[in-house]
Amino acid sequence: MSALATLLSLAFLGLAYLAPGPLANLVGLVALGTTAFLRLSPEARTLNLALLTLAFTLGLVRSGNTLGLIGLVGILVALTTLPRIPTWIRGLLGLAILLLSVPMAGFANTFIFELGIQIGIYAAMALGLNVVVGMAGLLDLGYAAFFAVGAYTWAIFGSEQARNFLAGNFPLPGEYMYLFMLIAIVTTALTGLLIGLPALRLRGDYLAIVTLGLGEVVRILANNLDHPINFTNGPQGITPIQRPPIDWFRELMGALGVRLDQTTDYQLFFYLLVLLMIGLVVLVNLNLANSRFGRAWVAIREDEIAARSMGIPLLPTKLLAFMTGAAFSGVMGVIFAAQRTFVSPESFTLLASITILGMVILGGMGSIPGAILGAAALTILNLDILKTFSEFVRTSLPQIPSQVDPAKYERLVFGLILVLMMIFRPEGLIPEKRHKAEMEEA
Amino acid sequence: MLEQILALLPQVVFDGFILGFVYAMVALGYTMVYGVLELINFAHSEIFMIGAVVGVEVFRYLAPQVGNGFVLLFLALVLGGVVAGITAILVERFAYRPLRKRGTTNRLVPLITAIGVSFILQDLVRLVEGLWHNEFFLRMRTVQDLEGSVELFGGAIFAQTKSFILMGVSILMLLGLTYLVNRTKLGVAIRAVAQDLSTASLMGIDPDRIISRTFLIGGSLGGVAGVLFALQYTTITPYVGFLPGLKAFTAAVLGGIGNIPGAMLGGLVLGQLENFFGTYLPILTNGNFGTEYKDVVAFLILILILLLRPQGLLGQVVKEKV
Repeated sequence: MSALATLLSLAFLGLAYLAPGPLANLVGLVALGTTAFLRLSPEARTLNLALLTLAFTLGLVRSGNTLGLIGLVGILVALTTLPRIPTWIRGLLGLAILLLSVPMAGFANTFIFELGIQIGIYAAMALGLNVVVGMAGLLDLGYAAFFAVGAYTWAIFGSEQARNFLAGNFPLPGEYMYLFMLIAIVTTALTGLLIGLPALRLRGDYLAIVTLGLGEVVRILANNLDHPINFTNGPQGITPIQRPPIDWFRELMGALGVRLDQTTDYQLFFYLLVLLMIGLVVLVNLNLANSRFGRAWVAIREDEIAARSMGIPLLPTKLLAFMTGAAFSGVMGVIFAAQRTFVSPESFTLLASITILGMVILGGMGSIPGAILGAAALTILNLDILKTFSEFVRTSLPQIPSQVDPAKYERLVFGLILVLMMIFRPEGLIPEKRHKAEMEEA
Repeated sequence: MLEQILALLPQVVFDGFILGFVYAMVALGYTMVYGVLELINFAHSEIFMIGAVVGVEVFRYLAPQVGNGFVLLFLALVLGGVVAGITAILVERFAYRPLRKRGTTNRLVPLITAIGVSFILQDLVRLVEGLWHNEFFLRMRTVQDLEGSVELFGGAIFAQTKSFILMGVSILMLLGLTYLVNRTKLGVAIRAVAQDLSTASLMGIDPDRIISRTFLIGGSLGGVAGVLFALQYTTITPYVGFLPGLKAFTAAVLGGIGNIPGAMLGGLVLGQLENFFGTYLPILTNGNFGTEYKDVVAFLILILILLLRPQGLLGQVVKEKV
């Protein structure tokens, strides 16, 4: 068994060097599958994972084929979930993938950076929603509203938009983005309070509908608050939005021997910033999960009446979960606005909320690695696989009508994921222990 | 300004009834399913949309063959109701029943499933229309017989033939449903299952069959409402069901969810309120706040009702069981 898996990994390494591309990466994914699912000794597993990391990186750098990124994500998942791998190996390989493999691949194909940044932004938001839906069991269908509030907080003041209603020297210089990440925590938490105060008094399914309605309200406001006073510039959106100056970052990278050009400097910067944010969010998540509040949230999720009779104040505890989740989303909104230098109401539809919910459900409600895996899977699916498939249909199957463009059918895909997960594996791909027990008990 | 408001009022009330009857019929589907399963059947807005799309297709293909507009509309209503009803049964059979059989107590699971089904149906219809006509922005074909119009009360109300048909058909359907639920054996069974599913099954009622029938009835009503909606508002896309569906749910809550006369009342009240704000908000605020905010009004009503009178206008207070 072990020999077979190792042979496969070695074969993939050779292929990645000699003939990198989709075919080689498929072999790599098979090798990864055998490593993860066959009964192997921990040593063989460790060796294989290291080999595969090397091979996927090599393949990515030489061909830029994005299937390799899926392989790297798969290795990360394997590292967090497989038993009996030494901790230092997990840490070392994980860091190598995040800090070396992905940036190196990004220099070969800048789309990898774009994917990495989007995955990171969505992963941080999925972790935020995970607090609300996974830990506290509050189904929030308007989560993108907080993302919107965060994004617009910086978009309005980081562009000339604020001149319409304030006297002052706008746009604010890019350095203020860091300050606005803090301000966005406040504005989104307050929005969460405003929405939560009425909504969280309601029972679970009503809460879902009301948050959905309020999510729409925020989008309608963003769309229409260009008159009487122009706050949001309506459907056209706001652009250009300032980015922080990164001369210090270029110098730092130069000192480390990394040469950056005009396109990759900001991409690497935002990629690392997003990684840092995920690290922070995971830390906060872990601490919360083991805190008094985390236990109170789980208690409310399991049985509201029992939790109340144990002395947990329902509304404040729920509000706290709601506001925490909102704040995560708000910070990522600021980064999103700065990275794209453009925001419009289009990015904050119900589809966005459901996408983030889908990430949490796919990975497993309440599960931290699950939320990250879900974000990676759905983002890659949405931005890469569906688009590639579209390209294939357009070029190879011209008899299919032009309106049938697979890239436009993300609703179908997300809908299928939600329904199939709920029917066959409601606890998600990487279940959280307590949640799994709850789902099985029923 | 007051004169302007008064001059528009008859037309606003008339149009409010048109919208209100559509909401009332869709709200019935939500309320009946909620009554038997305590499930917010999100996918119901898509059942409504499917009815509308079937209506468009029937008009597109049969208008040249069928000369009489009224016969054509009758065919569209029947087909729309049947297709929508069958879709509703299929949704129940393949998405909700497996969850019920597993005995999930978690309330979020069926709700998330319902959202998923709703998204799937939207894109499936888009896919079918894309393959069929290579477009998914559909326009209802106009038929002369149904487009006639009269002016009532000295021109205060401009009313079209199709608007009268919409109201007439809605009233007939609502009366029919009331009869079915209150006077027939099936109606008794539905009410029994809604009251207590396990006891009803001890009395020789097959709950699965009754639930399936409930979806059929609610789905057909939604489908008929969809055809009438397409006739009235003419532009239809696969995503057209979302907002009316959400508002019809609001109407069901407004009337007291699970309560059939309540859903009808709630639909009519919400239709009036929405049309009222949609027309008068721009006038009252000198155009600063446009018609777009009428959706916001509907959601605010939903929140206010849930906070102040969660049992709705006609519902009864239900204590949560421990």
